[in-house]
Amino acid sequence: MNPSLLRELVPAVIGVLVRRGADFASAEDAVQEAVVRALETWPEESSPSSPSRGDPMRDPKGWLIAASWHRFVDAARAEASRRGREAAVAAEPPPGPGPAADDTLRLYFLCAHPALAPASAVALTLRAVGGLTTRQIAAAYFVPEATMAQRISRAKRRIAGEPLDRSGDLGTVLRVLYLVFNEGYSGDVDLAAEAIRLARQLASLTGDPEVAGLLALMLLHHARRGARTDADGRLVPLAEQDRRRWDTGLIAEGVQILQRALARGRLGEYQAQAAIAALHADAPAAAETDWPQIVEWYDELLRLTGSPVVQLNRAVAIGEADGPRAGLAALGEVDPGLPRYTAASAYLHERAGEHARAADLYAEAARLATSVPERDHLTREAARVRHGVRP
Amino acid sequence: MKYLLLKHYRGGPEPVVDTGPIDRWSPDEVDAHMRYMSDFASKLEATGELVDAQALAPEGTFVRYDGEGRPPVTDGPFAETKDLVAGWMAIDVESYERALELAGELSAAPGPGGEPIHEWLELRPFMSGKAETAG
Repeated sequence: MNPSLLRELVPAVIGVLVRRGADFASAEDAVQEAVVRALETWPEESSPSSPSRGDPMRDPKGWLIAASWHRFVDAARAEASRRGREAAVAAEPPPGPGPAADDTLRLYFLCAHPALAPASAVALTLRAVGGLTTRQIAAAYFVPEATMAQRISRAKRRIAGEPLDRSGDLGTVLRVLYLVFNEGYSGDVDLAAEAIRLARQLASLTGDPEVAGLLALMLLHHARRGARTDADGRLVPLAEQDRRRWDTGLIAEGVQILQRALARGRLGEYQAQAAIAALHADAPAAAETDWPQIVEWYDELLRLTGSPVVQLNRAVAIGEADGPRAGLAALGEVDPGLPRYTAASAYLHERAGEHARAADLYAEAARLATSVPERDHLTREAARVRHGVRP
Repeated sequence: MKYLLLKHYRGGPEPVVDTGPIDRWSPDEVDAHMRYMSDFASKLEATGELVDAQALAPEGTFVRYDGEGRPPVTDGPFAETKDLVAGWMAIDVESYERALELAGELSAAPGPGGEPIHEWLELRPFMSGKAETAG
C-alpha cells in the first residue's frame, strides 16, 4: 500500500462522514483510526494477479469510507450506552452527495481556525487535511505521541461547534502551511514536501493569488534545498551555494505560477516574497543578482506587512545594492532586539572592511542563535573573519 | 541503563586545557571539532545507544511562584551564573563502564591544534520510573 495515496483520501473521507451527520471531531477520530489500521494491515503492494473480494487495493476510498463509518458508529454507540441513551446514528448511512472539493477546502479553514494556537492548528491540519498519523506528527515535532494526541483533541474541542460550512480566514491557513513548510525534513516525514502538496491542493481549490504566491514561494525555496547544506551538514549561505544543484524544474514551475498570480493584479505578501525568491533563482551567479529590484520588492513587502523582519532583510538587500554603508544606515532604523539583527550587522560590517568588529559581532550572533546549525555557522563565520579568510 | 552526559558552559572542576573561546580557533579547527561531535552522535545512533541530544541557549531566567493572582517572579538572566549547562546527550548503555568510556571519548573532541580539549563532562544516571521488582 502506498501510504501517500491513503493520506490523500483523508480530507474527502472526513467530508463524507460529516455529510452523513457525524460531527467533525468524531469523524476525524474515526478516519484516523481507520488510517492507522490500514497502514498496519494493508499489504505493501497490491497484487493485481489475485485481487480478493473486499480488497482495499481495488477501491481504497470505498474501503476507507466504510471502515471509518463503522468506527464512527461503534464509537457513537459506545458513547450513547455510556450515557444510557439510544444511539442516534444510523448503522446504515444515508447516501451523502455533495461536492467533495468544497469539503476539503472547508477542512483547511476549520483546522487553521484563528481561535487555535499555531502549534495546534499545524497539528490538526497535518492530521485531518494531510492524513498523517499522530505518531508521525509527534515524531516530526519531537514531542511524545500522547502529548501530540492531547494537543490535537484539545484543538478539536476548541473548535467544536464551529460550522464546517463557512469559509474562514485564508490568512491563517497560509500561515499554517508556511509553518509546516519551514519545519523541513523531520522524523520520517518530509514536512516541506507535505506543505507543498497541501498548498498545491489548496491552490486547485481556490483561485486566490496569495495561495498561488505561497505555493510559488515554497517551490522556489524547495528548489534550493539540496544546495543549502554541504556533505557535513553545514549551512551554506545563498551567495556561496552551488547553483548547479538548484532544481531548475521546480524553479520554472514556481516562476510560472508566480507570474500568473501577479498578472491578476492583487499583490500580497506571499507573492512579494516569491518575487524576491524568483529574482535570486534567476541569477546565474550571486554577483549577477538584481539587488536594486530586490530592494524594490522589499519596499513593497514592507508596505504590505510593516514587518520588522522585512525591514531587517531589506537593510541587508540595500547593503548589496548600494554598498555596506547604506546597508548599515538602513539597519540603524531596525529594532536591535530582532533575531538575526546581530548576524546581519556582522555581515554588513565585514563587507565594510571592519573585520575585528565583524568577528566580535559574529561571535555575539552565535551566542544569540536559536538553532544549532545557525549557531555553528555563525561560530565558523567568526573564526573565518578573525583569521582573515574570505568567504 | 540510561545516563545523562551534561556539557557545561561554566561550572565543574577547573579546565585542564585552556582552549579559549571557539570563535577564536581557526576555521579548520572549528570544523574538525564540530565534525567530531556530530560523528560521535551518529556513531551512538548506529550502535543503538543514543536516546537524545539537545543544546541549550546560553541565557536563561530563574522563575518562581509569587502567590495567588500575582504573575511569577523572574530573576536573571545572569551573566555570571556559576554553573551553566550548555547541552546534554542522553545515552542508554549496557554498563556504567560503557557510559564512562563514551564520556571520555566525547571529552577528547579536538580543539586548537587538533589536540583533545579534555573537557569535563558530568555523567548522571537517570532514576528509573519503575520500582524494581523483587527477583
